[in-house]
Order: sequence, then structure tokens, then C-alpha cells
Amino acid sequence: MSERTLAQAITAGLDEALASDPSVMLLGEDVGVTGGVFRISDGLLERHGADRVVDTPVAESGIVGAAFGLAVGGMRPIAEIQFMGFSTPGYDQVVNHVARIRHRSRHRFTAPLVLRIPYGGGFGAAEHHSESWEAIYAHTPGLVVVTPSTPHDGKGLLAASVASNDPVVFLEPIRLYRSVKGQVPDERYEVPLGTAAVRREGRDVSLLTWGAMTKEVRQAAEVLAGQGIDAEVVDVRSLVPLDEETVLGSVAKTGRAVIVHEAPRTAGFGAELAARIGETCLYDLLAPVQRVTGWDTVFPLKRGEHHYLPSVDRIVAAAVDTMADA
Amino acid sequence: MRQILLPDGSLDGESPLPTDHVKRLFEAMVTARRYDHKSISLQRQGRLATYAPFEGQEAAQLASVAALAPDDWLVATYRDAAANWAHGYPMDLLFLGRVGDERGGAPPEDVHCLPPSITVGAHMLHAVGLAWAAMLKGENRVALTMFGDGATSEGDFHEAMNFAAVYDTPTVFLCQNNGYAISLPVARQTRSESIAAKASAYGMAGVRVDGNDPLAVYDVTREAVARARRGGGPTLIEAVTYRLGAHTTNDDPGRYRTSEEEEAARRRDPIVRTRSYLEGLGEWSRGWEDAIETEAERLVDEAIERAEAMQVPDVEHVFSAMFETPHAGLVAQAEEAGR
Ligand SMILES: Cc1ncc(C[n+]2csc(CCOP(=O)(O)OP(=O)(O)O)c2C)c(N)n1
Repeated sequence: MSERTLAQAITAGLDEALASDPSVMLLGEDVGVTGGVFRISDGLLERHGADRVVDTPVAESGIVGAAFGLAVGGMRPIAEIQFMGFSTPGYDQVVNHVARIRHRSRHRFTAPLVLRIPYGGGFGAAEHHSESWEAIYAHTPGLVVVTPSTPHDGKGLLAASVASNDPVVFLEPIRLYRSVKGQVPDERYEVPLGTAAVRREGRDVSLLTWGAMTKEVRQAAEVLAGQGIDAEVVDVRSLVPLDEETVLGSVAKTGRAVIVHEAPRTAGFGAELAARIGETCLYDLLAPVQRVTGWDTVFPLKRGEHHYLPSVDRIVAAAVDTMADA
Repeated sequence: MRQILLPDGSLDGESPLPTDHVKRLFEAMVTARRYDHKSISLQRQGRLATYAPFEGQEAAQLASVAALAPDDWLVATYRDAAANWAHGYPMDLLFLGRVGDERGGAPPEDVHCLPPSITVGAHMLHAVGLAWAAMLKGENRVALTMFGDGATSEGDFHEAMNFAAVYDTPTVFLCQNNGYAISLPVARQTRSESIAAKASAYGMAGVRVDGNDPLAVYDVTREAVARARRGGGPTLIEAVTYRLGAHTTNDDPGRYRTSEEEEAARRRDPIVRTRSYLEGLGEWSRGWEDAIETEAERLVDEAIERAEAMQVPDVEHVFSAMFETPHAGLVAQAEEAGR
């Protein structure tokens, strides 16, 4: 066991993947010499060589399209996009090729690649550096979409993603890279894709979230506890496939749900969760489902950012609201 | 590579600019550098968000813009504050964007600059469209777009070059080849012999110029603008320069280049070169440059003061300007956010 930040845990996971499988390679802008803009691949070029840790030209369609070819050709590429806002030039390759080659070739060809994308805001960044487009990837059939919020998941979900024979979009919450720490096993282990994690058990209301928002949601749960409301915190962590048993089971148990995400509200992944709750546990509900989300606006620059991101207060208020009839 | 003003300050050929004009360019370069240094220190104090320095690229930006008419379009990047300022973008608004306020993206009506592009590559196509619109509307306007060597690897570069050539739009593509795209040296960005060489594949004129030579930069841009204006189509200019600073205030160039290389590049500093030229003409004095510095400091300090004095936007600001008239759902969200 070692104490690691989320960033360090992902680095360790990449290192292990490269060391254990010669077909694994890392490619992206500045991933080699500098170790990436977030230093996630720091030291990996020195350890694994320039054929395995590749600095690419500035070309996201190139990165994803070439990773697709590499994957079909027998490699297991891990492609990095610098920020989610720059993933769109590569999105055509994702939606039209990576996500559908298995289907259109009836399993003849597969693209077992991992697309790593740092995402989310909250650090006063320039335009295009704060987006949360997880719903776009979740809405793309053929992709597995996961996002770790703890160092343990950072390494374990990455191992499972690299081992997956289906393409995985691995979303890394920037705000948590260095702000969460935890014990991480030194040996290889997998956190299975398609599993959610209950971070705090509770009886009264289910707080469903993922990525960076787990931080505010956990804080909100403590505030609620002080008010006599026992909240359950569910880290969805795998958007596709969704762990319905854990996520919906929690809502069926508590009868109340507050869904929290940073992305805009309309057609956000919260809408999908609300729909599934309606489909499967409507009659267990004691209150309408609430969403606490980013707004349907462009992500604000530094001066307006605090108006946008779901705050502990907003989460608490929504949870209290669901308890109104209790 | 086209050169007129050599690194030692001597001329190879004739200056395309009268001396008083060169002096104004020198003033602009010194002022821009002051802005650059100030931005870095403001960022360190936490008063600006991440900043992308342009030190070393002043000649490439300012001498090219000097060849534009006020009505011409300038479509540039996060690194091109000097160019935008020279084309009329108020300095306080350039600061304001970096303070983290969307109002920095709204230059005055008579300033023909798009807000600086943060995404690499996309904006080159915008310059094609703007030039095309001007052509269709019978306006005698050119659009100049600035971008880096890294941007030439994006698909959008290819599409922009091709569209411009196919439709003969009055677009000038100005690549500031500053040696690096973050950490990647240009030699690993492209196998083309030069960036200018790419022009011939699209069927347009291409020219390589010493980007630290303000006279040559002005000269080739003037030619390209004139060609565009008379319906002669687009041009690709490669201005060979060097980013003396970091990629951004988050970057550490020590990870990918040597200090010897940086020192060698400093000897090709466009300001040093222009100073020696003017000195050779007897047109430079320490006192004159000090006066420029003092004035630059005042200008820059006042600009950041104005930017910081602008009232911090309220929640309304986040919801405004999403649509011509906000629809009901958004209004409801704004109310919810204001609670
Ligand atoms: C589409 C896109 N991909 C990646 C980035 C991240 N990024 C910002 S600047 C940069 C390098 C650009 O290099 P170059 O075009 O040479 O311009 P320079 O920064 O050197 O002026 C990268 C990769 C981005 N802003 N946009």
C-alpha cells in the first residue's frame, strides 16, 4: 500500500499497464517529454521509451483516429486528450469509428483503446478548459464511460479499462487530481467497470453523483447529518454500463434522490438517472427526484464560476426539500 | 528566408518603412513587452488566470498587423495580445479576459478582431469565412489569421488552407513558428521542409520570413495583403521566431529545452535588433527608450486598473447573452441560481 493522490494513482496505473503488457502504449500531446500538462505520465517516457510513450503533433482527430488503427492492429493504446474542451476534433473518430467498429464488423474488428480525458472546472481556467461532457460520451453507443473520484479507483478502474476489449472513455476529474489522497495497493488490481460505490450509507435520501462533485456531495452529507438527515452517497463512477442494482437500489431503499452533476442540466446524465428511477422505482419514491447541476449556459470564466458549480448549500437545500413531507 | 533587417542591426536591401514608422513600431514592441511582463507578474499575484507570454514574437505580431487597414479582420490566438492590441483591441479588455470575465471578449464595434481563440486551429477557418463574406458583399477587406506551428497539424489548418485557395478568399495565413507547441519542437511537429512549403500543396503563395525582423515581416505581409485585396487569393506566411518565455504561466520550459538554446535565441530578440538599427541611424537614445518605457508602464498599469475596477459580474451575467432573448427555461434557472 502507498499513500497517493488521484494523479499519482493514475500515473502508477499507467506505469503498471506499460510494464505488464508490451502492446500497451500511451499517446497524446506533450505526454512524453513533459509528462503531460498535468504531469500524469511523468517519468514514463524515461521508463518505457519513445515508442511506447509518444508525443504527438497537435491533432486530436489524429490521436484518436490513429489510436483506433493501432487498436484494430493489435496494440492497446491509451490516448490522452489535454482537456475535454479539445476532445471534439477527435469526437468524429470516437462516434463514427471507435464506438461502432465491433458492431459494423460483427466482432471481426475491435478497438480496445482507452481515451483519457481530464474534465471539469472549478479552478478559474481559460475558456474551453472546464467542460463536463460526460453525457455526450455516455450518449454514444458502444463506449464504456467511467470516472474515478478516489486514488484507489484511479488505479483500479484504469487497470480494468486497459484490460477491456471494448473502448473505454476514462474521465479524470481535474479538480480532484491533487486534492484527494488515499491508500492504493502497490500490486495490480481491478475495480470492475460497471460498478458504483456507496461512499456513505444512509436511510433518508440518496445523493447520486460522480467525478469531482463527490467532494461537495460528501460534505453536504455531513451537513445533512448535523440536521438529522441521514444521506446515502452513491458514487456512480461507471456511467456506462450503469450499476443499476447499486444506484437504483439505493433510491428504492431511501425513497428520495438528489442527483448532482457539474454538467449543464438539460440532457445531462442526471436526466438519464431520473428516467431510470422513474422506470424502475417510481412507487418507492417519497418525493420528486431533484437535480442539482450546472446551468444551461457556457461554463463561466473565473469571476462567474462560483455561480455555476453546484455548491454544498444547493445540495443540502435540495436534499432538505425532498424531506419536506417526512 | 526573407530578411531585411539582419540580427546585427544592419540592412540587407532597403527598408520598406520610413524611419519614423520604424520608430513607432519600436515603441509598440516595447509597450507590448511591458504588457507581457506585467501579465506574468499579475498572474503570479493571482490577479490573472493562466497567461501565454509572447516575448520574442513582438515583431511577428506587430509588424504584420502594421500592414493591415483598420477595417481588415484579425483572427488570432491566446498568444497574440500584442497583435490584437495593435489592431485596436483595448488593452483593458485583453486584461479583462484574463481576469476571468467574459466581457473581455467584446471588443468595441469599430474593432475588427474576433475574441482570441483558445482552441488550436478552428479559428483559421473563421478567417476564411470572414474574408469570403467580405468578398461576397463587395467589401474591400482582408482577413489575417495568426496561429502557431503546432496548429498546422490540426485538420482545420488543412481545411482552411484548402477552402481559402478553392474560393480565392482574401485571407492571409500568418504562422508564427516559435519553435515549439508546448513541449514539442517543430521538427517533430512536421516533416515538411518548412511550414511555408505547405502552401504549394494547396495552390497558394507561401513565403518564409525572419519573424524577428520587423521590416521583412512588414514587407511580406504588405505583399500578401495587397495580393488578397486585388483578388489574387490567399497567402501563407511563415514567420520564423522564438517563444522566449514559457508556453504559459503553468509551463516549465526547462523540461524540454536548454538554457543555452534560450540564450542563443535572446541574441535574435527583435527589440534588440530594431534598437541597434535605429541607433545606427542616430535615431535612438537611452532617454528616448526610457520615456517609451515610462509611457508604456502608465498605459499598461491604467489598463489593468480599469479592468480590475470593472464591477464583478453578478449571477445574471452567467445567464445573459446565451440567446437573443432568453427562453423561459433559462430564465427560471437564472432565478433559481439567484436564490
Ligand atoms: C484543439 C486544441 N487542442 C489542444 C489544445 C491545448 N494547447 C494549447 S496551446 C497548444 C500548443 C499550440 O502550439 P502552437 O500552435 O505552435 O502555438 P503556440 O502555443 O506555440 O503559440 C496546445 C496543444 C488547444 N488549446 N486546442
